[in-house]
Amino acid sequence: MTANRPLPLLSDVNRFFWTSGSDGRLRFLRCRECRAWAHPPQPACRSCGATDLAPETVSGRAKVLGWTINHQPWHPAFPPPYVIAVVAMAEDEGVRLTTNIVDVDHEQLFVGMEVDVVFHQDDDVWIPLFRPAEDSQ
Amino acid sequence: MSDRFEHDVVLSGIGKSAVGRRVDRDPLALVRDAVDAALADAGLALADIDGLSTAPGPLAGPPMGYSVGGIETLTELLGLQPTWFTASPETMGHAGPIIDAALAVSGGLCRHVLSIRAQWEGSHRKLMAEGAVPPPGGGGRQTGRSQWHSPFGAMSPANWIAMQATNHMETFGTTREQLGAIALNARANAARNPDAIYRDPLTMDDYLSARLVSTPFGLYDCDVPCDGVVAVIVSHVDTVPDLRQPPVRLEAVGTAMSERFSWDQGTMIHEPMVAGPAAHVWTRTDLKPADVDVAQLYDGFTFNCLSWLEALGFCEIGEGGPFVEGGHRISLDGELPLNTSGGQLSEGRLNGFGLIHEAIVQLRDAGGDHQVPGHPEVSLVSTGGGHPGGVLLLTRWR
Repeated sequence: MTANRPLPLLSDVNRFFWTSGSDGRLRFLRCRECRAWAHPPQPACRSCGATDLAPETVSGRAKVLGWTINHQPWHPAFPPPYVIAVVAMAEDEGVRLTTNIVDVDHEQLFVGMEVDVVFHQDDDVWIPLFRPAEDSQ
Repeated sequence: MSDRFEHDVVLSGIGKSAVGRRVDRDPLALVRDAVDAALADAGLALADIDGLSTAPGPLAGPPMGYSVGGIETLTELLGLQPTWFTASPETMGHAGPIIDAALAVSGGLCRHVLSIRAQWEGSHRKLMAEGAVPPPGGGGRQTGRSQWHSPFGAMSPANWIAMQATNHMETFGTTREQLGAIALNARANAARNPDAIYRDPLTMDDYLSARLVSTPFGLYDCDVPCDGVVAVIVSHVDTVPDLRQPPVRLEAVGTAMSERFSWDQGTMIHEPMVAGPAAHVWTRTDLKPADVDVAQLYDGFTFNCLSWLEALGFCEIGEGGPFVEGGHRISLDGELPLNTSGGQLSEGRLNGFGLIHEAIVQLRDAGGDHQVPGHPEVSLVSTGGGHPGGVLLLTRWR
């Protein structure tokens, strides 16, 4: 599934996110003024308007808010079936990623499932995927 | 004088081209057919048209069959030099070009706006299957919103909205059979509409056993990509004596945004971007949800329709499943007849303009075999969601 997976174009704003997994840790942009998270990353805080934001490491623990098993062949890099999910980060339920849940029995998926980040490196990008948290089954 | 811009305008004409999975004609020829039909319907000539609106207009990147072009293409095709025009990919649902037109007419910039929605998604998909145009996510590194979806194979609204549907099902106990009631209702209405694409009877067994697209969505939860064009004319109310037939009134619009413009960073219990316009429309009218005689609610997927039913207040949040269950309440002779021409699920994905067309047809008692009985007075259309939504509340001419 790695053949020609679409990858993000890295920029000064998003590079920290897409390369964060190089040390196995997940980071999101956070406002130094009001402490709100800023995802997707952008140069100003959505909550207070401040422009002083910096990447901050999170635990990598998240909760599944929605999931789907995709059966439709949309792209040659993604042979179905595969699991797509929206997960909310443990630090703030408002910070979400659309991602894939890997190493999971499809019958075990549910809204509220705890998952942990695992990175898949492709070229210069570390893609954050998630798998069931071992300590919450 | 009303203080609502909506009351300065009427919807004076509608026209539709041939519609099909693939219509073997140039999409601009279909535009011309729809425009001619709308002008004839209104009793107007092309020379009367002094405004032009469309969506999404010209798109960067692969066109996806979602647009045949914008103002450049349409003014050249029709030989028009309008006083006012707009084409926007980011507007108030698929109803945006109508709402923009109403504002321009009310503001005095023009008197008759031709509003056009044209798509050739059916033909485009065939080209994609043949490898003649690239698939979504193709064509190099991803920027903007696509970078947050494409690296995970989350290529389609079918994937994004399926995740809200899953949340709704697990939070409120909504079932596939309840979603199926929306698909079966659409098909039953389409069977009574000779212009609909899919008219063969659809049973719950057919629905449940169809191939899966993105769970919980199967084939019949998804609308039908097609080729086809709809044109609507928005005119100043002072021109009504010039028209061939009584027009339809625009009672109110819903345009507000009340949540983040995102498929995944906001609500998970409904399709994003429906709550704002749904709440807004009721602040601009004395009418209430109970006054609506017939509803055309955007049904790109069955679940979108459920989201709109809840957001618009036809039932409580989370109660959409029981509301549609069995389909009686939403049938042609039910308390809220829904998507009476077959909706996008069976009539074809005319990107909101098919629903607007049908709302007007119903208020003229012109629906033939799919006409709601009892001379409906109030017709509601919701369009979009996911990307911003927009609502039109229409009433019979009085």
